[in-house]
Amino acid sequence: MVAGWAVISVGIVGVVAVPHLRGGEGRRIHLPGATTDGHYQIETDCGACHTPFDGVRQDACTRCHAQELEAAKDSHPLSKFTDPRNAERTASLDARLCITCHREHLPHETERFGVTLPADFCKSCHSDIATERPSHAGFPFEGCSAVGCHKFHDNRALYEDFIAHHLDEPDTVAAPRLPPRKPAARATPATAPDRDGDPALVRDWLETAHARAGVNCGKCHAADGAWDDHPGRAACARCHADQAAGFLAGRHGMRLAAGMSPMSPAMARLPMRADARERVLGCTSCHGAHRFDVERAATTACLGCHADEHSLAHRASPHARAGVSCAACHLPRTDGVPQHNQNDNLRPREKMVRSVCLGCHGLAFSLAALADDALVRNNFVGRPRTALDTFDMVRARLKQRRKP
Amino acid sequence: MNRIAAGVLFLAACAQPPAAGGVSPRQMADALFTVLSADRTVYTTRVVNRLQNVDKVVKATEHFEDDKALPLPAQMFRMGAELSSKKTEAFTYALLSPWAINKQNVPKTEVEKAGLTKVTQTGEAFYSEEKLGGKSYFTAVYPDRAVSPACVQCHNAHADSPRSDFKENDVMGGVVIRIAMN
Repeated sequence: MVAGWAVISVGIVGVVAVPHLRGGEGRRIHLPGATTDGHYQIETDCGACHTPFDGVRQDACTRCHAQELEAAKDSHPLSKFTDPRNAERTASLDARLCITCHREHLPHETERFGVTLPADFCKSCHSDIATERPSHAGFPFEGCSAVGCHKFHDNRALYEDFIAHHLDEPDTVAAPRLPPRKPAARATPATAPDRDGDPALVRDWLETAHARAGVNCGKCHAADGAWDDHPGRAACARCHADQAAGFLAGRHGMRLAAGMSPMSPAMARLPMRADARERVLGCTSCHGAHRFDVERAATTACLGCHADEHSLAHRASPHARAGVSCAACHLPRTDGVPQHNQNDNLRPREKMVRSVCLGCHGLAFSLAALADDALVRNNFVGRPRTALDTFDMVRARLKQRRKP
Repeated sequence: MNRIAAGVLFLAACAQPPAAGGVSPRQMADALFTVLSADRTVYTTRVVNRLQNVDKVVKATEHFEDDKALPLPAQMFRMGAELSSKKTEAFTYALLSPWAINKQNVPKTEVEKAGLTKVTQTGEAFYSEEKLGGKSYFTAVYPDRAVSPACVQCHNAHADSPRSDFKENDVMGGVVIRIAMN
């Protein structure tokens, strides 16, 4: 009898433990609930967030997100909540820890940006806001961030003086412009291939910035001495470190950053083309090899996988007709170099205003368009349905401030 | 960085038994204020006032990154306080005022209120102890004076400033230094 129970117990433990110990996708059966859109890619790497016997430590969050918060000029930095004079507020909302507001595996409690607090959480510290800002009297706290006025972390496009500076701009500026490309280096005299190879591949390569800059076959295929027919990400990263780092920080590359297998469209939650399911994401999945056609990488490559409503509407959109590629908005250039974390300016969407929208559009139009979910879905065919009250409120404040 | 280094040195000193020659919380707070005040005075007079008001080559503005300008002296001070708080929880410092432009920086705790009242009325430092979030602190409040025309002009002209009649050398607020007691 005892032996029988022992066998059953070992069997039960085995069923639970074996998938965990073997790692990989088998661990999915241990997930206590669906993960958020930002984490599902690495959900079977439990150790990415969980420390055995120590839960989810703060550094598990900051390892990936600290740099982003720093760049965002976080409106609620840690120092606000460690300051003793704010102890009472911290007791009410302990934002020293990311998991106070962003708990995982709770799909039914999770709102936008992975927030798992009630939508009126701003009230815990700002209940007296109407005293300082009488114009806010009667506003429901659920609306602070929901209507596109304030964000908890990143308010770089939403602060009052920024809005005041951009009041009364036209919907589309007189001379729309996208950030310029960085001029590619040119070798003199022109480069010749340093290897014999498939003439078609050599022809492709001769048309590239690589050839013009003197980046020859061996630079990628034999960087370590031995010839490699299929050089990987590391070969690209030798010269394109910023792009490689951006790729790893975004949803395309975060599995690789965690030491997992590459992301593929088959794993994605967004709708993807059926014929793209088995592709794997790396540098050449968008850029191809040898030709490295940046025009292809900027739109065609994206639409080769993405099949959601926004993507499918791109070709017929006003943006496409004006020559605005997917990459122009999702991989915007800074100092000529494209940001390869395509999610960097999407959390929240208003982040896109400064890096992208204002090059062509006024602030009021841009913020209203980004706040209109239907317009985002149809890839901005039409106009924003609602103007934001924010601009009239700022006008009123300015008028009030000018009074003697 | 000088301020952080000074703080760390004093913390090291305070780690010693408080025998004769030891450093009391008040001495530590006074020393921190000396360094903080000196650094800020130098920044205000030799950097901001000189470049903005005398040589007129660059402005100091609240949104200094967008405006490609210098940080305001109060912002420089706050950025230092923020950086310092990342290094140690043994002490904190803040710049508060009953006439703060940002209402988050008006005195809030009872000790802050009493301290700011004293320094603005008498120009003398104020010392007390308080318990916040279950922890005890030695809290010192020092007068923060308008050390250059830049301070006065900016605060008098700012649309959100509750006062527009500051003069040079007026006490415009207070520097609050808290030393953790346990």
